[in-house]
Amino acid sequence: MTEIRFSGFGGQGIIRCGLIAGKALALFDNKHSTMTQSFGPEARGSACSSQLVVSDDRVLYPYITIPEILISMSQEAYDKYETELRNDGILIIDKDLVKPKPLRGKIKMYAIPSTRFAEELGNRIFANLVMMGFFTAITKIVSPEAMKKALPGLVPDRFLDLNIKAFDMGYDYGEKILKEKKQRKT
Amino acid sequence: MKKEDQLEEKNPIEDLLRMDRIPHIWCPGCGIGTVVTSFIEALKKSKLDLDKVVVVSGIGCTGRVAGYVKLDSFHTTHGRAVPFATGLKLANPELNVVVFSGDGDIAGIGGNHFIHAARRNMDITIICVNNFNYAMTGGQVAATTPLGANASTAPYGNFEFPFSLPYLADAAGATYIARWTALHLRRVTKSIQEALSRRGFSFIEVITPCVTLYARRNRLGDGLNLLKYYYDNSEIHHGADTRTLDISYQGKLVVGKFVDKEKPTFLDAMNEHLGKVLGDKYVLYGRINDDRD
Amino acid sequence: MKKVKADPKGVLTGSHYLDGDHSLAEGGLAAGCRFFAGYPITPSTETAERFSERIPTVGGVFIQMEDELGSIAALIGASWAGKKVMTVTSGPGFSLMMENIGLACMMETPIVIANVQRGGPSTGLPTLTGQQDMMQARWGSHGDYEIIALSPDSPQECFDLTIEAFNLAEMFRVPTFVMTDECIGHMHEKVVIPPAEEIELVERKWYTGPKEKYLPYKPDKDLVPFMIKAGDGYRFHTTGLTRDERGYPVINAECQDVCVRHLVDKINKNADKIIKLKEEEIDNAEIIVISYGITSRVAIKAVQKARKAGIKVGTLRLITVWPFPEKRIKELAKKIKAFVFPEINCGQVVLEVERCSWGQTQVIHVPHCGGWVHNPDDIFNAIKEAAK
Repeated sequence: MTEIRFSGFGGQGIIRCGLIAGKALALFDNKHSTMTQSFGPEARGSACSSQLVVSDDRVLYPYITIPEILISMSQEAYDKYETELRNDGILIIDKDLVKPKPLRGKIKMYAIPSTRFAEELGNRIFANLVMMGFFTAITKIVSPEAMKKALPGLVPDRFLDLNIKAFDMGYDYGEKILKEKKQRKT
Repeated sequence: MKKEDQLEEKNPIEDLLRMDRIPHIWCPGCGIGTVVTSFIEALKKSKLDLDKVVVVSGIGCTGRVAGYVKLDSFHTTHGRAVPFATGLKLANPELNVVVFSGDGDIAGIGGNHFIHAARRNMDITIICVNNFNYAMTGGQVAATTPLGANASTAPYGNFEFPFSLPYLADAAGATYIARWTALHLRRVTKSIQEALSRRGFSFIEVITPCVTLYARRNRLGDGLNLLKYYYDNSEIHHGADTRTLDISYQGKLVVGKFVDKEKPTFLDAMNEHLGKVLGDKYVLYGRINDDRD
Repeated sequence: MKKVKADPKGVLTGSHYLDGDHSLAEGGLAAGCRFFAGYPITPSTETAERFSERIPTVGGVFIQMEDELGSIAALIGASWAGKKVMTVTSGPGFSLMMENIGLACMMETPIVIANVQRGGPSTGLPTLTGQQDMMQARWGSHGDYEIIALSPDSPQECFDLTIEAFNLAEMFRVPTFVMTDECIGHMHEKVVIPPAEEIELVERKWYTGPKEKYLPYKPDKDLVPFMIKAGDGYRFHTTGLTRDERGYPVINAECQDVCVRHLVDKINKNADKIIKLKEEEIDNAEIIVISYGITSRVAIKAVQKARKAGIKVGTLRLITVWPFPEKRIKELAKKIKAFVFPEINCGQVVLEVERCSWGQTQVIHVPHCGGWVHNPDDIFNAIKEAAK
């Protein structure tokens, strides 16, 4: 079982991230996934989040407790949620938007300038898809094929191609970083 | 006994009454029965398929109408006759739905439903019997009680400003609005006929005597005295500005047909709008062959 | 009972990733619901939104009423005009619907109401979960009557049990509730919608005999009277007053006895046909954890832990909460050491378990005031305590 939190600020498409990954896992990767999100006044402020519980068996407890993956696309979200990340968890951030503290425990951090990449594609609204591609490459929790299959219905039809492009951009960057890390180790 | 001295055996409207429920519960001198008679006459004169006419009442003296007319009839809860009727009409647009209820039911507890059904131009007819008080429960003050009139919960006289129902209906968007008294029976019949033949939200207020409670508490005499009051004080003024229709205690009663206009009904607007926006994907709903205006 | 296949127009066959609220709407559409009247209220609004979006291409009406009093009144009217009808609401709106739930019971009108429960009382926790309206569903309107209430544990069951609710409402001419909650309502999971031909629907018990012999409230053998609809030429009457078989008001104790006894018996005497439970590892159990809705999933976590600790625990999930499975609980009470009953309230359905246990066994309630689901450890500790 894996618990994941996607976080950022309102308007970045954070809820969408949870939906895309959750749908990909449940419909195309043969996993069980339960997606929840914060509602109401507490969800309106600047820190916005969606949560995903992924499992081979049925998810019983619907909420995350101690997430092992945290994706943060804003400083405030990072500040709010970093403390709950598991000691050996994975932290994924937008390089330009989050200034991380020194890493604690065995937490591994991966950073991507997702918003800048999206701007290169023409609009920063694609930052979440860049981030999703990156997340897919780094964590291997979900397959990139499933992620792409999950997009129709969750992104506007006319932007489907651009969203896939954004996803690929993030995914390739993730693969590149993993390769570099491996090379550095050997 | 000579034949001409015998009482007529059959009430001329008895085929549309539930005779197995007669005698009714209304007091001698009450005006509700006369409005029912007008309603049935209007139905008979109309070309409507009476199997498709449905009567919905709420609670109160007039609320009992649904129980006496031999049509599909629903005696619902206090104030909810209008939304109940809305459900009937929308679920089967072929039905001609008539709400028959009192001022307390329609403009008091059900006031919110009333204005919203008018706003939507729901295709129903409302016959509102206004006797200036809550009679079923013993003559309490109502949203229609004239200033100064006495009621069991306004024992020192009413100091709340009452609603003028035609003005309220007009402001909310009703497309047919008339007001009469229990004295104007032929005109009530004609108005009901007209309302039934119009598409849209039709509202007819009929001011009626409540002899047992309102009249007695206010020492206004019996039914005959009240009809005399209507006779002396009614002014027929078709097309009157609905802002001028306030009723003061024992004052002038402006009656007539005030509004008669056309506007798309809820279903017309729904079909037109969704058809335009959704094109072929839209499944047209409940468009019926309707020979009404 | 006449069964028919679902109309493919309303069935969105396929695998979807949906939250409970959206699944309620899909369940309704698949069940043939073609009239929805509602009023926005968190956390149930998404159901109304989905219905308003989907119904124009299916054929039917969505209307946003001026309040919940209007919604439920419109529902009863529409049901009598022959449509399958539903609405959705949450605590405060549910409270406003209570009077006309009684009218629907008295008029024996099939309607489906989904309540996406939130924490109460009053405005309470609009965006957070609760299971605090369970007794209100049962007793909320004045007078004596019986209703049916189902409790889904997932978005999938929001779909499945809404169809079931329609079938039961039509079968028994009674308001039927889908008592879900904010957690499930807002939780996305995989929802599989089968092909229309695999969805079996119960058709309303339409009267087909001679018109002049029709009596709206004459019970059939199964205690459920035949129904007709407005506009079919029966010129029938119905009322919220105590009434006889003709639907005519009769205001005395004798008629009241026949009328009310019928409303109660219709459900209670058919309880075995209505009630659905899910039991697991009951046979050798010393402790049985009873639960419903979202809590039943959380409870399994605790049960798994308890089994690892060597405690013999079985589970009983109330898919049908009302009518309450009295017979089964009485039977089990004789065999076990204790019932453990977590629910997100301060003690509601547990009272029924206590009543049915008749002092034969311990009943340990695990209360939660709402706002979140139980911590599984709280349930585990109760199981441990019970096993001592």
